[in-house]
Amino acid sequence: MSLLELKNVSKVYGNLRALDSVNLTVEKGEWIAIMGPSGSGKSTMMNIIGCLDTPSSGHVILEGRDITKESNRALTELHRDKIGFVFQQFYLINYLTALENVMVAQYYHSMTDEKEAMAALERVGLKDRAKHLPSQLSGGEQQRVCIARALINSPSLILADEPTGNLDEANENMVIDILKKLHSEGTSLVVVTHDPEVGEVAQRVVKLSHGKIVSDEMNTHS
Amino acid sequence: MRSDRQFFFRQILSSALRRRSRMIIAILAIIVGASILSGLEMIYYDVPRQMSSEFRVYGSNVIFSPSSEMDISEESIREALSLIPQKALEGYTPYRYENTKIHNMPVTLAAVDFDSASRTSPYWHIDGAFPSSDGEVLVGAKVAEELSISVGSLISCEQTLEITEEIDTSKISSYEIYTDPETGEAYADHKLDLKVSGILDTGGSEEEYVYMSYSDASYLTLVDRGYDIVEVSIASTHSELQNILSRINQSALDISAKPVKRVTASEGQVLKKLQALFFIVTVVVLVLTMICVATTMTAVIAERRSEIGLRKVLGASDSQIVTQFMTEGLMLGGLGGILGAILGYFFAQYVSMNVFASSITMRPVVILVTILVSVLITGLASLVPIKNAVKVDPALVLKGE
Ligand SMILES: Nc1ncnc2c1ncn2[C@@H]1O[C@H](COP(=O)(O)OP(=O)(O)OP(=O)(O)O)[C@@H](O)[C@H]1O
Ligand SMILES: [Mg+2]
Repeated sequence: MSLLELKNVSKVYGNLRALDSVNLTVEKGEWIAIMGPSGSGKSTMMNIIGCLDTPSSGHVILEGRDITKESNRALTELHRDKIGFVFQQFYLINYLTALENVMVAQYYHSMTDEKEAMAALERVGLKDRAKHLPSQLSGGEQQRVCIARALINSPSLILADEPTGNLDEANENMVIDILKKLHSEGTSLVVVTHDPEVGEVAQRVVKLSHGKIVSDEMNTHS
Repeated sequence: MRSDRQFFFRQILSSALRRRSRMIIAILAIIVGASILSGLEMIYYDVPRQMSSEFRVYGSNVIFSPSSEMDISEESIREALSLIPQKALEGYTPYRYENTKIHNMPVTLAAVDFDSASRTSPYWHIDGAFPSSDGEVLVGAKVAEELSISVGSLISCEQTLEITEEIDTSKISSYEIYTDPETGEAYADHKLDLKVSGILDTGGSEEEYVYMSYSDASYLTLVDRGYDIVEVSIASTHSELQNILSRINQSALDISAKPVKRVTASEGQVLKKLQALFFIVTVVVLVLTMICVATTMTAVIAERRSEIGLRKVLGASDSQIVTQFMTEGLMLGGLGGILGAILGYFFAQYVSMNVFASSITMRPVVILVTILVSVLITGLASLVPIKNAVKVDPALVLKGE
């Protein structure tokens, strides 16, 4: 069974087809990069994959379950249990420390466990920044907190929308290393990016244009 | 789940401490409302007391006092009253005053008939009730305060009686009779146990007395005698009243009758209207506070839309988000209510000092009501913005706008 299947998925805003009859299969443990020009529908696709949004037509099947038929409540539970998000902007709660931000994800998932949250921060190299507020962290550090939060509940799928979009080279490399590590541990990754370097390290690159998939190729490096 | 309740409050505490400037704005709105509310409440309760002390003689408008050293006998009262037209006589209350001691503190007791006192002194404000039988007393608020007496307390009046021939020694409660070695006079301790049925609150000198029935007073002093003054209520025009008074004063009776100023019924109405006004102002202030708090909460919550979206993405249910924001709101309401109630007390004190030149009593009930109302109002005012904010679509909030 595939991890995720998009079958004929369209998303229509007025007379704009942000996604146009998209078919895509994501296998377990796969690492896919989604690329394409601005406005081509990448974020729209991510939101639909992540159960944050529902398609206008077509079906989304996550681990054999057709989520287009699920209730809102079930969707909330789905993305809580199966999916970790890293957003284009660093969405952290500004009055909570890095550690507490990670714990919020545990809190809504099951139970908070400060040690485990600390271990997640350690994985992204932020152990000594755990007690800092987002405003006291650099952009790269904030993005890494988001990654720590995305991986804390061991999701089967991590969705990252431009995880390196606002980062300098050093931070970008650090994020790429973390993604590599997650991938080697068997986590499936879908990463939206403009950045050819990030595209390169993925196993597979899907290109979107005007809401349609225009190419879907395996990278040759691995 | 203990650690999770802990984390719940850890988040709320962090929100309160690290978003201080926002909190201060929200809490200011609540404090202003709560302080005005508690101030008005205190004045509302205190106005009748203050007013009646301003117009102390509301009720009786004539005082009979003895024109000689003697006290006023029952007969002279009856004769003096017969000089007043039946229709004009609204009521009268003879008072007999005695010195006594309660728990070693000297106090003046006034013997009265409570039925007629309630008619000639309608402004009396009583916590509890008038005595309904012998053995019950009404205690002035000042005396009650000094002796820490409250409604339902048991007190005993102590009297050191000189044993003379007039006294029926068999009625004395103590058997120990002692003699002053120099004068040879004999004394005995005599005591009467009484139950406090009410505390008298008038803002005037009445608060310094203890009121009991004639028969209790007679038993306590073991002396039966006449009265020291009589308060009389006469309904008449000014000139008629002058006529009546001169008739009494020129009679052969041992009584001198003097007019005292009294508040007319319409002046009493002023008090009711003033209270109604305070009530309306209080309601208006409540509504304004609610609008103000609702606006502030709407703004405070609006800027947290993306936080709410994020929490939903992380798996928060609507009710979890409502609970969290509501708890924040209610805690703000409570804190604002406490601070506001204290501020309101000073506000009321200031107004009272300037208008009535007397201080206001701190009423715990008012403080409690203010805090409760603040919590309630903040809760109500937060409900709509929170319910709306929870509806946000996380996809829209987090899409990168
Ligand atoms: N809520 C919406 N209402 C109307 N149009 C929308 C909405 N969301 C997205 N769109 C439109 O859909 C198209 C695809 O948007 P999307 O956000 O998926 O682009 P993107 O590929 O992520 O672009 P970028 O690289 O700039 O992030 C755009 O033309 C956008 O204007
Ligand atoms: Mg995008």
